Amino acid sequence: MSALLEVSGVSVTFDGFRAINNLSFNIGIGELRAVIGPNGAGKTTFMDIVTGKTRPDTGTVTFGERSVSLLSLSEAQIARAGVGRKFQRPTVFEDQSVTENLLMALKANRSPWRVLFWKPKVEDMARVQALAAQVGLADQLARKSGELSHGQKQWLEIGMLLAQEPRLLLVDEPAAGMTLAEREQTTAMLVDLAKTRAVVVVEHDMEFVRRLNCKVTVLHEGSVLAEGSLDHVTANPQVIDVYLGRG
Amino acid sequence: MMPKTYLAQNRSVLIFIACLALFTLAITLMSEAYGAPLISTSFVKTLGKTLCLCLVALAMDLIWGYAGILSLGHMAFFALGGYMAGMWLMYARTEEIVVQALAQSPLPATAEEITQGIATQIFGVVGSSDFPLIWSFAHSFPLQMAMAVLVPGLLALVFGWLAFRSRVTGVYLSILTQAMTLALSLYLFQNDSGLRGNNGLSGLQNIPGLGDVGQDKLSIWFFWASALALGLGYIALSFVVSGKFGSVIRAIRDDEQRVRFLGYSVEGYKLFLFTLTAIIAALAGVLYYPQAGIINPAELAPIASIYLAVWVAIGGRGRLYGAVIGAAFVSLLSSWFTGGRAPSIPLGFYTVNWVDWWLVLLGGAFVAVTLFAPKGFGGLFDRFSGRRSPDRKGAALGPDDGSLMEKEAEA
Repeated sequence: MSALLEVSGVSVTFDGFRAINNLSFNIGIGELRAVIGPNGAGKTTFMDIVTGKTRPDTGTVTFGERSVSLLSLSEAQIARAGVGRKFQRPTVFEDQSVTENLLMALKANRSPWRVLFWKPKVEDMARVQALAAQVGLADQLARKSGELSHGQKQWLEIGMLLAQEPRLLLVDEPAAGMTLAEREQTTAMLVDLAKTRAVVVVEHDMEFVRRLNCKVTVLHEGSVLAEGSLDHVTANPQVIDVYLGRG
Repeated sequence: MMPKTYLAQNRSVLIFIACLALFTLAITLMSEAYGAPLISTSFVKTLGKTLCLCLVALAMDLIWGYAGILSLGHMAFFALGGYMAGMWLMYARTEEIVVQALAQSPLPATAEEITQGIATQIFGVVGSSDFPLIWSFAHSFPLQMAMAVLVPGLLALVFGWLAFRSRVTGVYLSILTQAMTLALSLYLFQNDSGLRGNNGLSGLQNIPGLGDVGQDKLSIWFFWASALALGLGYIALSFVVSGKFGSVIRAIRDDEQRVRFLGYSVEGYKLFLFTLTAIIAALAGVLYYPQAGIINPAELAPIASIYLAVWVAIGGRGRLYGAVIGAAFVSLLSSWFTGGRAPSIPLGFYTVNWVDWWLVLLGGAFVAVTLFAPKGFGGLFDRFSGRRSPDRKGAALGPDDGSLMEKEAEA
């Protein structure tokens, strides 16, 4: 499996605190990967680096077949290159309708002039319909997204990510604040998504990770502690020591 | 379901254009030049100027009400547009006078003599008799009009690029724009700035080539031009805020970080809007100052841009007609109060003189609107249109400073 995302030797320090310490790992094309680790292990910082929000002090991050360096790109350019990000709290544009949210996310030219004169074509509206149906919001298209329930906002955000057609999807604690039924639906959705693109799930919850049934990377103090199947890493004495032992 | 397109929102645009056309017709029929002389030429000028202020308020609403960028420097672009127009007006008008004067001399005047004569006339007041470099295009109407767009546009582009690429937002950006307009104003106050220092440019109401046309007619012509500019500006901006572009800028207002992760260059959009609104403000200034007759550096004072924000806030930000109503209402009321026509209130121990107390009243009204009626005049229209605010338990519509407040939003 060739690598879609290659992180190598990345370190970042905040006010003397080393959040990421010589971190290296690869994500393959169409791979589903779970990243776990205790609080402060650097999971969110890792996502911030890949999406361009944080610049590392050293190291390289490359993306795609042509190994484009993500470190010289802005957040918007990284998003256009094909990296999507799902935040922990649902972030949708609350003052706008479900349709408007999805249309904004739809893959299209993002430059101001082109957007100014852009008109939704019949196939764009059909795509919006299909996406809404896929995330269970088909009958909510005209509603303002601020009126949706917590769970519905999460689905809308996933719908927006699908509309962006990213090649790599970074998902931050998708199960947080969800009911059991919603978790199961989310698991199914993520596994389904990973069939067509690479998905990295940052998660706290071991049960949730077990259901994803994928390769797991354990982060600790900003670097990789162990990697492999969930059973493999949970058998690792170091992992038990720093993470499982506490939980 | 199709999203709201420009056509679907056309209703309010049509209503606005109809109201503006009726107003223009009514004023024309009551003017001294073209109808029953019910209103004075100076009041026609006041109304024409008010329409220009409405246009710049539209620009302010686009950048603040829709995109959440509280610029407190847009009147600088308005005044720069006025200065650029004023340069041509003053040059061409003085040229007429100088040519006429030199025609009496026994030898025909050379081009050099004429230019020298104009320069002496214009700059004598600041002790100079040469044209500064910035007057290079003042002899040509098309070139100077191009400058009226290019100079404010380029200033906005450079300033905006520096500010937005460093991700200056919120109150820091407001302070930066205040500093910009103050710095520009202080620069123009200097005699060697090339724009006649604190004297400014005057006699702008005399339009070159139209010396035979009375001010009664000219005032109506400018009134028509201002109404046309406002109408076109309204149509253009309502197109800009509809559709996907409008969606993106409202999204930037409420949560710009999220917009970045959607792949939109937030800085690019802000720069685009900042420059576009600066150019609209400059065009409004081009039409305003010939009606005012004079422009000086006090027009770029920081307070002018703060007034602009107050108009939009009182009218209700985030809706174009709100900005127009706010600007028209407050600026007309302001000229009534400060013009000495408002009757003073004798309290026995003290007399409330409105020329002094108007600012206190305006400040109080601004605070009251912000606290108790954040929708401003727009809220009055909601009673007819049935538009309601969402129930969000007081939560704003997004995490950013400029994001829509609960009461401003539409359910």
